[in-house]
Amino acid sequence: MKKIVITLIPLTLFVGLVTLLFLNMGFHNETVPSPLIGKPVPAFELPQLYEEGTMSEEDFLGEPWLLNVWGSWCPNCLYEHPVVTDLAQSGQLKVVGLNWKDEFENADAWLNRLGNPYHTILVDYKGNVAIDFGVYGAPESFLIDANGIIVHKIVGELTPDNVQNEILPKLAQLK
Amino acid sequence: MLPEIGQFLLVLSLLLATALTVLPMLGYARNNQTLMLTARPLSHVLFLTVMASFVMLVVLFIQQDFSVLYVAENSSLELPLRYRITAAWGAHEGSILMWVTVQALWISAVAKYSQSLSLSQISRVLSVLGFIALGFVAFVLFASNPFETIYPVPADGRDLNPLLQDFGMIMHPPLLYFGYVGLSVAFALSVAALIGGEINEQWIRWSRRWTNIAWAFLTMGIILGSWWAYYELGWGGWWFWDPVENASFLPWLAGTALIHVQAVSERKNAFRGWTVLLAIIAFSLCILGTFLVRSGSITSVHSFAADPFRGIFILVLLAIYSGGALTLYTFRANQLKSRDTLNLNSRETLLLANSLIFITATFTVLLGTLFPMIFEAVGKKISVGAPYFGLMFFVLMIPMAVLLPLGSQLKWHRDDMMAAVKQLLPYFILTTLLTLIVWFVFKPLNIRAIAGIYGGLWVLTATIGQWLKQPGRATAGFIGMSVAHIGVAVFLFAMSMTEHKDIEQDILMSPGVTKQVGGYDFTFLGVDRVKQENYQAQQGHVEVRRGDRLITTLNPQKRFYPKQQMPMTEAAIYVGWTKDIYVSLGEAVNKEGAWAVRIYIKPLIRWMWFGGILMLTGAIIGLFSARIKRQEDKQRDQVMAQQLNLS
Amino acid sequence: MTMRIIFIIISFIISGQVNAIEVYDFKNEQQRALYQELTEELRCLVCQNQNLADSDADLAKDLKDQVAEFVMNGQDKDTILAYMVQRYGDFVTYNPPLNTSTVVLWFSPFVVLLLGAGILIYNIRKKQS
Repeated sequence: MKKIVITLIPLTLFVGLVTLLFLNMGFHNETVPSPLIGKPVPAFELPQLYEEGTMSEEDFLGEPWLLNVWGSWCPNCLYEHPVVTDLAQSGQLKVVGLNWKDEFENADAWLNRLGNPYHTILVDYKGNVAIDFGVYGAPESFLIDANGIIVHKIVGELTPDNVQNEILPKLAQLK
Repeated sequence: MLPEIGQFLLVLSLLLATALTVLPMLGYARNNQTLMLTARPLSHVLFLTVMASFVMLVVLFIQQDFSVLYVAENSSLELPLRYRITAAWGAHEGSILMWVTVQALWISAVAKYSQSLSLSQISRVLSVLGFIALGFVAFVLFASNPFETIYPVPADGRDLNPLLQDFGMIMHPPLLYFGYVGLSVAFALSVAALIGGEINEQWIRWSRRWTNIAWAFLTMGIILGSWWAYYELGWGGWWFWDPVENASFLPWLAGTALIHVQAVSERKNAFRGWTVLLAIIAFSLCILGTFLVRSGSITSVHSFAADPFRGIFILVLLAIYSGGALTLYTFRANQLKSRDTLNLNSRETLLLANSLIFITATFTVLLGTLFPMIFEAVGKKISVGAPYFGLMFFVLMIPMAVLLPLGSQLKWHRDDMMAAVKQLLPYFILTTLLTLIVWFVFKPLNIRAIAGIYGGLWVLTATIGQWLKQPGRATAGFIGMSVAHIGVAVFLFAMSMTEHKDIEQDILMSPGVTKQVGGYDFTFLGVDRVKQENYQAQQGHVEVRRGDRLITTLNPQKRFYPKQQMPMTEAAIYVGWTKDIYVSLGEAVNKEGAWAVRIYIKPLIRWMWFGGILMLTGAIIGLFSARIKRQEDKQRDQVMAQQLNLS
Repeated sequence: MTMRIIFIIISFIISGQVNAIEVYDFKNEQQRALYQELTEELRCLVCQNQNLADSDADLAKDLKDQVAEFVMNGQDKDTILAYMVQRYGDFVTYNPPLNTSTVVLWFSPFVVLLLGAGILIYNIRKKQS
């Protein structure tokens, strides 16, 4: 009996391995979780797309807001545009755009065509601030509370589903 | 018509494989000679049907039959004939069909070259192999059928992935499959032995030769893969520790452990259970590797298409074969009693230590490859890459290199440890001196480079010294071992130099400008356009000089394949005896014709692969061991005599 | 999510194998070596398992610019790595950190080796005549 316990070890390890492989097929995904959740918004000083003057993270203190990273070159930003518009028009929170690695003419044309849902649009054409935020692809959205703490991040497009089940519940908790 | 015939042949193969699985095993269980005698003929017929279906696929490619989905996706009217033939195994479906073909070929070979085994043994082995073939034929038919047709028939195909239009990539998969499938023989033997609850010397000796062949193929496959990545991917690396690379490396590591343990267990009735277990592990890792590559559950730079259904299918095959074998192992391993005595001061101990080091290395690579998965299970992400594997291998392979000459110095059965160590002392002194010279010539060298160089020289001097001192005529077994070990030495030395003394520079070059890198003058002459059958390219011209002497003109290309809308970098490489000069083209930087160019100087990189070739040559030389041959003849006579007595 | 994965795979296939070669004017060889070391150790987040050095993705280029800038400003390796990990997490480096969740990764091979050596010696001793 004792001997079988020893020879059972390889089989046990193997069962564990296969279980891991099987489960992984279900939960494998390419999204990288952000280490910035629960941390303050990185400091920035950015110009705006349409208004004069720069804005910094301190200008947004006092109420929760959503930072939405987009670019006119980004196909998935097109898909999420109606969702961003709905969320902004619902008035539940301030939606701020971060126009990333773009050009003014293209961004302007894109907004004229589809409408501008944003409270204001920050401009980061060099991409430095985006790196500070740990952005690795557009679109990405950050939910930030009144004290400037990043509460949640959505990688990829906003959908009615993740707005309903992730953004709004988190927002409700903040209020 | 042809696709239907191919498909029909596959169905036929499925039936034949089923028969091969069931009939001989049933014969063994009931001690029915007639049923057991079906094993060999069934194996040969199975090979014929599978081979015929593979030939059908090649014919479909030659004929450009775009009514077949697989052909339409991987060929085109412009594709040259040679690539049309090789495209048959270029993508997933065809490559799995090729696997099955190689498997059937191997089964047929086992059926033919197994005269030294008794009928009861070979019928069990072939039955297990038939069962493996059954699973993979089913996989081809139900999850990756290359004969699937489409309607309407497209006028032209989508062309073969340009990365695969290349000699290295054409040969790489078949070689790996020969290795994978070859390991299935040792696996089948283990399972057959566990079913019968007995294993003997001749059986292990017989399987050892198959393992050697398999291991040689695997080594060649890995060398080609590494070489291909080096010249084709354009980033000058020869090993990235990518999961797909690891997938082919894992069976090799376990196979290396297996070869060394088989050397012990073919002589002595000891550690038989360990031999059996290693054989099971080695082949299981082949299936696991296939799963990792095909299922898309890991992120790899090499995975081209992933399909969850296929993943599940392979996982089920893995669970059945390896799970089944390990279950058998759990309950039967203790019946493989070890009777012989062992001595701590003997070659056996060192060979077993080798297997321990290599199985630890296997474990480490597997752990590093799967660790990101464990993290994902709890919603986190981590990367495990070259820095981890490099450090771990450094730590594990140092004791391997230190102990290797001791292993070949010690005698079988029982020896005097202190005397053996004293015998090695001159090599130790010589190695130290040589390392000092190398250090003096090539300094600065970091600690890892020095350790690698020291290890390489240590194995080299000791192996050559032991060869020269060998009394009498060296046997094929001894020559094989020594050649393989010299291969290890060459690899270690060359790898240390390549990794630590290479030069890499990204520079901006305008036409006519000369820049100096690593003692060579590189003159950029500019870029022009060339057009080939199925691609267009911008081709740069770089003259390489040492002093006044023109060494070579390198022509790196940036290609564009219009069919697949795919750009490709084609590096230009000057191959020298002591170093490679490697130039690849980046982008045009300005209107004046300046380009970003990457220049590498890689010392001894060819020697690294040559070391691998020496290792596999050693494995092949070992096959001709006269001692083994003599004993096999004797056994065959015995078996024949028994059969004569029976009838 | 599946859509996104498929998209990443497709974009990889289409993008093919192209070298991204960025040229920077480093002050000395040490800086160049440090830059090479860092771009080989840092992962391109949008790629299928490629490091920054080998990648031609836009983001990889930005990150390479950033790394080169830090290197030219004389920052050391640890500072630059910490900067990246702070923003992108441990996923960004191919050299996993040593902490409680990675103890198994770093040490279990040695446990296996030592345990195996113990079992091996025990078994041979037992069989010694």
